[in-house]
Amino acid sequence: MPDLLHYEFMRNALLAAMLSSIACGIIGSYVVVRKIGFISGGIAHTAFGGIGLGYYLGLNPLVGIIPFSLAAAIGIGLLTRKARISEDTAIGAFWAAGMSIGVILIGLTPGYAPNLFSYLFGNILTVPTSDLWLITMLDLLIGLMVFALNKEFLAISFDEEYARISGLKTFVLDLFMLCLIALTVVIMVRVVGIVMVIALLTIPAAVARSYSRSLPAMMALASLLSVAFSIAGLWLSWVFDLASGATIILVASVVFLFSALMRLRGAPHSAC
Amino acid sequence: MSEPVIVCDRLCVELDGAPVLKGLSLSVHKGDFLAVLGPNGGGKTTLLKVMLGLVRPTSGTVTVFGGPPGATTGRIGYVPQSLQFDRAFPISVREVVLMGRLSKSRLFRRYGREDHRKAASAMETAGLTALANRRIGTLSGGELQRVLIARALAGEPDLLLLDEPTASVDPEMKTTIYDLLERLKANHTIVLVTHDTGTIAHHVSRIACLNCTLDMHEEGSTLGRASLESLYGYPVDIVEHRAPSAPTASSTPSGHRHA
Repeated sequence: MPDLLHYEFMRNALLAAMLSSIACGIIGSYVVVRKIGFISGGIAHTAFGGIGLGYYLGLNPLVGIIPFSLAAAIGIGLLTRKARISEDTAIGAFWAAGMSIGVILIGLTPGYAPNLFSYLFGNILTVPTSDLWLITMLDLLIGLMVFALNKEFLAISFDEEYARISGLKTFVLDLFMLCLIALTVVIMVRVVGIVMVIALLTIPAAVARSYSRSLPAMMALASLLSVAFSIAGLWLSWVFDLASGATIILVASVVFLFSALMRLRGAPHSAC
Repeated sequence: MSEPVIVCDRLCVELDGAPVLKGLSLSVHKGDFLAVLGPNGGGKTTLLKVMLGLVRPTSGTVTVFGGPPGATTGRIGYVPQSLQFDRAFPISVREVVLMGRLSKSRLFRRYGREDHRKAASAMETAGLTALANRRIGTLSGGELQRVLIARALAGEPDLLLLDEPTASVDPEMKTTIYDLLERLKANHTIVLVTHDTGTIAHHVSRIACLNCTLDMHEEGSTLGRASLESLYGYPVDIVEHRAPSAPTASSTPSGHRHA
């Protein structure tokens, strides 16, 4: 392994893996206990429109992703909570619309077709140092917000109705949490890509839940698992010359399956 | 003594176009222990949600503590049905009970010493002190139900609204929960939605039979087989609604009768 660290891109890749795992473990835990993985997938795919916009305007695609994923979070939240449109319909509409905008804008961009593959499936080996700073800032923002709103987020996750009766502005808190998910998606797109964000957001947290007594413990364990999956995947992809994002997800999936099988063999007391 | 806590006047509620409550009038007074009986789909839970401000009436009015429902959050303790909870959620008994302090605490603030003390005393009342650090997934149905009651108590409410607190509980634990309510009724006004036609009669001061419309039964009256069977639409146990053998200082309700 040490010989890997001679290369700057490898050092950046490892840093990106660790930094993104922090947001992934914290926000992924909310996604899992609130069972909103599909919303997260919708936000991620809508963000493809942002990548198209970034290319079209000649900007860093990550800059385009931020407004698109935030708009998707707020749009899906508003439609499902206020306009009484069923959640899967709203998610499906945003998902497809975002992808379409991305495809059209990339088609309109003059010159050669850019390498979209790395945004759809991630390429952690090409993370520039400037993106590491962006990821760090987003990490800090997410961590700070979750620390400040920890009891409110716990309340709306466990029992939203009770939180509302207690006088919390649950709708605003809910939208805010969706926005934090959107920012996490922005971070994860670099590492595993749009298509596989949902896996890294849910798998470490889902495995961690079985072994955690509290939500903060689940977040910490999910972050550690995410680091482990990322580093293991990165190393395997280096050794066997495989796509890095896909290898990371495959490692996570294998551990998830193994953990699920362990639960099957174990006492059948708690439903999951 | 007979300060009205909840007043519903010709209350109508429709959910997705279907009428759930039709012209219901009811008043609950300070110190009342009211049981609401009725078949599933009869609007019992909806009535509680109207009182909580979660469901808006289509017509008619509701006041709770003299104001609109939802405006008096800190004075109401709500105990929802325990079946709706995700047992896999990583949360301890203490954390759930602390949620009862939400209406008393501020945004961005952690729970303070006062909150922890009130939560501890609510857990003691509900007999949960030994379970404080247990994950809720490891509790029995009756234990979880007591956690939800303790959560409501932690907010120091004047009014308790309980939605089928004995629905998923074995008979032995039912007695424990009714014993707990028996102690709480001295200091709280209680509205209880239930299917336990047999047991409640010994505890409550008034019974309301709800199947879209309301039928009130005051203390001392007998809830006949005929009226219950017409309520449920199938044969049920007879409930004789007598005053408790040791009369407490409970008020004699001011006789609201409605068809």
